[in-house]
Amino acid sequence: MVLRKIYGHPKSLRNVSTHYCAGCGHGIAHRLIAEVVDELDIRERTVAIAPVGCAVLAYDYWDFDCSEAAHGRALAVATGIKQVRPQNIVFTYQGDGDLAAIGTNETIHTANRGENLTVVFINNAVYGMTGGQMAPTTLLGQRTATTPKGREARLQGYPLKISELLAQLPAVKYIERVSLHSPQEVVKAKRAIKEAFKNQINNEGFSLVEILSPCPTYWQMSPSKALDWIREAMIKEFPLGRIK
Amino acid sequence: MAKINIDRERCKGCLFCISFCPKGLIGIDKRLNRRGVEPVKFKEQGECLGCAMCAIICPDCCIEVYKNSQKFNV
Amino acid sequence: MSKKILMSGNVAMGEGAIQAGCFFYAGYPITPQNELIAYMAKQMPEAGRIFIQAESELAAINMVFGAAAAGARAMTSSSSPGMSLKQEGISYIAGAELPAVIINVMRGGPGLGNISPAQSDYFQATRSGGHGDYHSIVLAPSSAQEAYDLMYVAFDLADRYRNPVIILSDGMLGQMMEPVQLSDKNNLKTENRKQKTKKWALTGCEDRAPNIIRSLYLKEGALERLNLVLQKKYNLIKNKEQRFEGMFLDDAKIILVAYGTMARIAKSVVVKLRSKGKKAGLIRPITLWPFPDEAFKSRHSAVKSYLVTEMSYGQMLEDVRLTVNGSRKVEFLGRAGGSIPTEEEIIKKVKSLMFKV
Repeated sequence: MVLRKIYGHPKSLRNVSTHYCAGCGHGIAHRLIAEVVDELDIRERTVAIAPVGCAVLAYDYWDFDCSEAAHGRALAVATGIKQVRPQNIVFTYQGDGDLAAIGTNETIHTANRGENLTVVFINNAVYGMTGGQMAPTTLLGQRTATTPKGREARLQGYPLKISELLAQLPAVKYIERVSLHSPQEVVKAKRAIKEAFKNQINNEGFSLVEILSPCPTYWQMSPSKALDWIREAMIKEFPLGRIK
Repeated sequence: MAKINIDRERCKGCLFCISFCPKGLIGIDKRLNRRGVEPVKFKEQGECLGCAMCAIICPDCCIEVYKNSQKFNV
Repeated sequence: MSKKILMSGNVAMGEGAIQAGCFFYAGYPITPQNELIAYMAKQMPEAGRIFIQAESELAAINMVFGAAAAGARAMTSSSSPGMSLKQEGISYIAGAELPAVIINVMRGGPGLGNISPAQSDYFQATRSGGHGDYHSIVLAPSSAQEAYDLMYVAFDLADRYRNPVIILSDGMLGQMMEPVQLSDKNNLKTENRKQKTKKWALTGCEDRAPNIIRSLYLKEGALERLNLVLQKKYNLIKNKEQRFEGMFLDDAKIILVAYGTMARIAKSVVVKLRSKGKKAGLIRPITLWPFPDEAFKSRHSAVKSYLVTEMSYGQMLEDVRLTVNGSRKVEFLGRAGGSIPTEEEIIKKVKSLMFKV
């Protein structure tokens, strides 16, 4: 009785191990994007823009054209590329600091112009690469390297809901918030990513998928506990589902 | 009938697959891999459904799933 | 003979860029270069090109980074405070070896400054205001005609060396209108001359391995290797791309050194002095980086001293001193903050130096 391989390594993902920590969500998100790129058969048209953050080396893992961008400026770089080469499928892959702290201005204005782009936004509530500092999406009470006693609204304001903010902009076509805290959620995340890429293929305008992603190292939890924390804490602050 | 292949050298020991395998067919392998991590291993004798939950949640693409039925699309 | 049109320097640069094949322009409003962004807003779409008003000068330079990474001739323009916002982006463009043209219509500084002409951004442009050891090629026109002509040179140098090129104009040159002879020679606007395809560009990895546009090199020695590549390029540019204009250099006792608007005033000073039998000369750097040290090497044995005049408090002065290296005296006369040294002031200074000499 012949067993056929029904699930394995996507073509658009290089067959290498990654530098990400054990249980980090980036690895899953990278794979989902590669699967979507393969299934939509757009590998040879795709141009990725990597963030400055843990995923700055994303081009070591995706097997298609990719550009770096200065911290927070991925969407400006993406605008330049997409405007000059609309026939390419251009997406940015950004963390919460990149997209919703230093890059907020680029995020809002690129969305407001309705650039026909796809944004994969990894929300793991900390700055990972630099050692677990507070991010705009750090929860109240959450301890980080820069909120040792836990984030306090009076001092550091509230977790920023950038997706809900962007949903107000008429030119924005699609925003969904998904999570990676279980296989079922990962499947939903992939569906949202695929939708966001399809929108671009059909010239529908600005699409963004916010992905709640575990960061065991800087949440100082075991990988499995990190998934629980998303379900029990993060989702209360960042409800899942279609936002626009 | 189905089974999975685990790249034990690439496994970082996050153990996601263990917590989500509906049949509890994945366990910890005490023999360290090159990273010095106790990777996971597949318990051959169990009744694997080929549901691929383990592969879907694996952050490091360590798991390949083999099954006798038609193409599985997620 | 194509037509001669009365144009501001800003518009001349816009027209020159379009004719040189500029395919993508991103800008942001700032006086004194608003005529340029307005011109591009109208003309670029008509030429089938891309125009974007960005949300900031910082966004604009990063859009140019993207357009250049995708293989297009790309440009942005601003004025001093806006240029400061672009410095990080320019460092990235240099680090990723991307071709791009950046125009600075300089104004009085520091801080909010004013909107009058100045040359106080010389250091920022030639020493590079961003992080890391890099250089932009810096060109300094001194008329609307030259501003138009230099656009073709700028895009050509940017592509040839895969390097940022900065045009240093100023508020006066930018807004003053002068007749400009439009040339057909390199008019890309009409016949869309196919530029050399850029194999390194991000066009989608069809029939090739994926391209990566980057400046991050973490492995030991890797970033040093990139830097050595850049240094080799900069030395090549220093040897091949120096441009300057010289006047009465052979028998000059005193040589004025000035660029841009300042060179126009210095030129009339030299002509006046010559008419009174005083042996004055002028060196007008056109490339500020690479600084034209060749202009100083040809032995004008007669020269006793150089007088550098700038609309700043002595920035190009340092390059002249470095080049002359003590072999002659190098004097200075400068005013900034939007004020401009006058002919009378320069002549008075020359007389005080000539009698002392």
